[in-house]
Formats: sequence, structure tokens, C-alpha cells
Amino acid sequence: MHKHDLIPYLLLLGDSALIQGQRLCEWCGHAPAIEEELALMNVGLDLVGQARNWLEYAAELLDDGRDADALAFRRDERAYRNLLLVEQPNGDFAVSMTKQFLYDAWHYAVLQGLVESRDERIAGIAAKALKEVTYHLRRSSEWVQRLGGGTDESRRRMLEAIPALWRFTVELTAGSDNEVQLAQAGIAADPAAVGAAWLKQVSATFESVELPLPKAASHFYLSGRQGLHSEHLGLLLAEMQFLPRAYPDATW
Amino acid sequence: MYAQLVETGVKRVKSLEEMSFDERNFQEKIDAEIKIEAKNWMPEAYRQTLIRQISQHAHSEIVGMLPEGNWVTRAPSLKRKLQLMAKIQDEAGHGLYLYSAMETLGADRDEEIAKLHSGKAKYSSIFNYPTLSWADMGAVGWLVDGAAIVNQVVLQRTSYGPYSRAMIRICKEESFHQRQGYELLLTMMREGTQAQKDMVQDAINRLWWPALMMFGPSDEHSPNSAQSMAWKIKRQTNDELRQRFIDQTVPQLELLGCTAPDPDLKWNAERGHYDFGEIQWDEFYEVIKGNGPCNQERVATRRKAIEDGAWVREAAVAYARKQQNKNAA
Repeated sequence: MHKHDLIPYLLLLGDSALIQGQRLCEWCGHAPAIEEELALMNVGLDLVGQARNWLEYAAELLDDGRDADALAFRRDERAYRNLLLVEQPNGDFAVSMTKQFLYDAWHYAVLQGLVESRDERIAGIAAKALKEVTYHLRRSSEWVQRLGGGTDESRRRMLEAIPALWRFTVELTAGSDNEVQLAQAGIAADPAAVGAAWLKQVSATFESVELPLPKAASHFYLSGRQGLHSEHLGLLLAEMQFLPRAYPDATW
Repeated sequence: MYAQLVETGVKRVKSLEEMSFDERNFQEKIDAEIKIEAKNWMPEAYRQTLIRQISQHAHSEIVGMLPEGNWVTRAPSLKRKLQLMAKIQDEAGHGLYLYSAMETLGADRDEEIAKLHSGKAKYSSIFNYPTLSWADMGAVGWLVDGAAIVNQVVLQRTSYGPYSRAMIRICKEESFHQRQGYELLLTMMREGTQAQKDMVQDAINRLWWPALMMFGPSDEHSPNSAQSMAWKIKRQTNDELRQRFIDQTVPQLELLGCTAPDPDLKWNAERGHYDFGEIQWDEFYEVIKGNGPCNQERVATRRKAIEDGAWVREAAVAYARKQQNKNAA
């Protein structure tokens, strides 16, 4: 395997964590309880920290003068490699928590694979991230249960949130050819194993509060891995990247 | 100061001779620097004053997340974003500590928050000013947290035990944020472009006076101070704390290479303090009354968050009850 084959994978991991972290920042001051303000920012902080680790490694491999900040703040949406799921708008708390849960279940399975990676750098970053994501998954799965099994109103909202997000899960269960090869080389998490673990986790959590599991999502022409995003990412990046773009010579 | 103009409901401080047996015991404990704890007898006015002060302090932590939340999605580097997120998270945590301290006095968190949302309860005037540039994140950390620390360091010795202990924990984190805020400005001034330096000076120009107002009215217009001082809720007057803040902040301002928007600011060797210009008290009282630049937005945002989240909290309660019933069966 050439080191350059790793870059798209590191970007998938880093960009997904960064965009999910950015969406969590948008919740600041608007959460349903103070405890949730704290928890949402806490999870976001973990994810942006992980994003920085992945992007630093990607920047080193790219070796073109860019650092992690340049990758985060100077790349356009066509160069972003995040999962489509995480760029979706926050919606209400049911949408946000469902999105978080579907992502966490994938993230957890990926990191579990990556702690065994033959690339020591990846194994190291994953080991630290896994501790954090274990907490994220516990929290978001509990919210799916509370909302799904809470009141009629919260259940109604969950029954709307799940199908609204479900089509984006196709990316969580199917990896690229590149990832399959990286997995065969013992570097990446095996996409098939990740997909199976993800489905098992999601089915069990949904079943615990009798939320119906939709049938497997199918390909729908967009692909975060190829930089083919929904219309939401451009606006998100416009906001996130405004300062470094407006003041390109600045030191922050 | 995160709590300003806290009513004591007391017009004149009683002498020991005028006090009842309980009041006298209480005051002697205060005078002997023995901390008052939740189960101890305390005058009703002391309890109510503390509820007002601690709730105002807690509300300030929560409302104070909003001016920073305004820039957290736009932080210009991963490092700065992480710092700001950590700071906001700490503020939410401080709010929780303080509401807990307040609840030891028999107050109800939800009731006090409802007062904030109806405009009956106050929060620090500073959070009614908008954050208009990234430099404001540094200026808020340095000046606003700096002013809060000057106040809170003294409150670590406040007479009510739970409040005092909350302050000890909170001060450690606030000092860290203040240094980060200052470092942010220093980076912009030392390594930044002219546009960034202008941004820093502009942030200081806008936030300097509002930061000085955080210490509350001048002593001559502070009718509640005498009683708060006698109860040792407050340990120093508004003007003493404001002077201390200015004395320690001006050298930091000079190190930045910036100026204060105050032509009367100068060192007075005789007093051993900086002299400074008159605060625009009209502005202060207007902001406190709800007529500042962002009062309406801040309260509306908090009210909307709690109203929109009602169904979430109800779901959590309903689910917990179902689980309990299941476990009991």
C-alpha cells in the first residue's frame, strides 16, 4: 500500500468528526437543559479534537505545505470527505440525537477495528478516540431510548427523524474499494465488519423501545467519500471558514 | 462581577443589641468567620439575598454562553475552536454548580430560571453586549473573566459555605480561561496583521467600560452593600474591587500595546492606584433595566431553548418512570 492511499481514509475520519463537531457547536445556548448544553459541547469537543489528530496525520502524508488548519479551513466542499449523515441540519433534538446515534454506532465500530491497525499512528489515535466514543454512543443510544420510549410526542418525532436520515446510512454500511484494500492490508477497519456491527447496534437499540428498523438504505447518487455532498455542506463551510478565508495572512 | 445590584430587602443594618437571640448567634458566627451551612439557622433576608445573588450568578454563566456561542462555529483555527468549546462547556458546568449551591437554600432551580425568562431576575450586564469580531472572544476572556475573577476570588471567603466552595472550584477554571483569552489577544497583536491589531483595539474599545460596570454601582449608590458586607456575603465594596481590577489590568493592556478608551486613565503615584474616568451610569442602569443592546435577544434565546426543549424533558421523565415501574414489577 502506498501512503497516499491512506489519505482519503484519514479525511473520511477527520472530516466526519469535524463536521459533526461543527453541528454540535450550533446547539450552543439552545439545548433543552443545561446538562445537555454541557454534554453536547463535551461531545463536540472530543470530536473536533479527534478531527485535529486525523487531519494532522493526513497533512503529514500529503506533505504539500498544508497543515491540519489549512485542511479544515481552506478546502472547498468538493474536497471534503465527510459522511453525508453528519452534514445534515440539526433539526429538532430527535433529529440531532438520531444523527448522533447513527454516527456514533458507526464510529465506535470503526475505532474498534482501528485500535488493531498495523499503522501505529492510526492505532494510537483510535485508542484515545475509542474511549471518548464509547461515552458518545452510550449517551446517544440512551437518548434514542428516552425519546423513542418516552411520550407520544417524543416518539412521534423519532418516527419522523429516522426515515429523514435513513438514506444517508448507506455510507455507514458500505466502504469504498480503497477501504477494502486498506482493511486487507490490516490498516483500516473492515467495512463489512463495521456495517454488520453498526446494524447490530442500531437494531438492538431500536428494538429495545420498539422503534421500527427501516429496510437497508440504497445508493442514491451522492457520496461524501467522493466529495459529492448535499447542499448543506457549502453553507456550513462558509460559516466555519469565514475568518481564515477573509484574512488569509492572519495568525490566530 | 456576575451579580450586580443584589437586593437585600434591608434598609438599615441592625446593631447586635437590636437583634433577637437567633440573629445575634448568627451574626457572632459570621463575625468569627464560621461558615454558614444549609441546615444552620439564618435570617430570612440573608437566605433571600443569597438566593438572589447566587441565582444571578448562575444565570450569568448560562446567558454568558450566548455571546461566545455566537463565534464558536466561526473560530478561526482548530486550536481556538477547541479552547472556546472547552470554555463554554465549563460555563455550563459553573451554572450547574451554582444552581446546586442555590438549591441548598431551599430555592427551586426551575422557578428561578422562570424568573430569568420573565425578566424578573437579573444576570450580569456584560452579556447584553454583542460580540462583533473574533477579537471579542479574547477580550471577553481577558476582561470579562478577569473582572469575574477579581470578584470571585473574594467570594471564595463568602460566609455561606456552599457558595464559597462553588467559587473555589470555579475560580480555578476561570483563571485558565482568562489566560487563554489574553494569549489569544497577544497572538493577534504580536504575530497578526494590521487588520487583526485593529480588531483587538476595537474589541477593547467596545468592552472596556462594560467590563468596569460588572462591579456594579459606585459605593455611594449601592444601598444593599452595607448589609451584604455585614453578613460577609460581600467582602469588599464595588469600588474597591473595580479599582483592583483596573490596577491589575492596565499593565496587561500596555503589554498588549493597546490603549483604553479613557482619556482620564493615568497612574496616581500619591494614591498608588490608577485614576480613571467616570462610568456612564445612565447606560449601566438602562442595561440593567433591560434596555441594553442584546437584552431582548439573550432572554428570548434562553426562553426559546427551554420552551422548545419541554417535550425532550417530558420524554426523559416519562421514560425514567416507565423504567422504574418495569424494575418494580
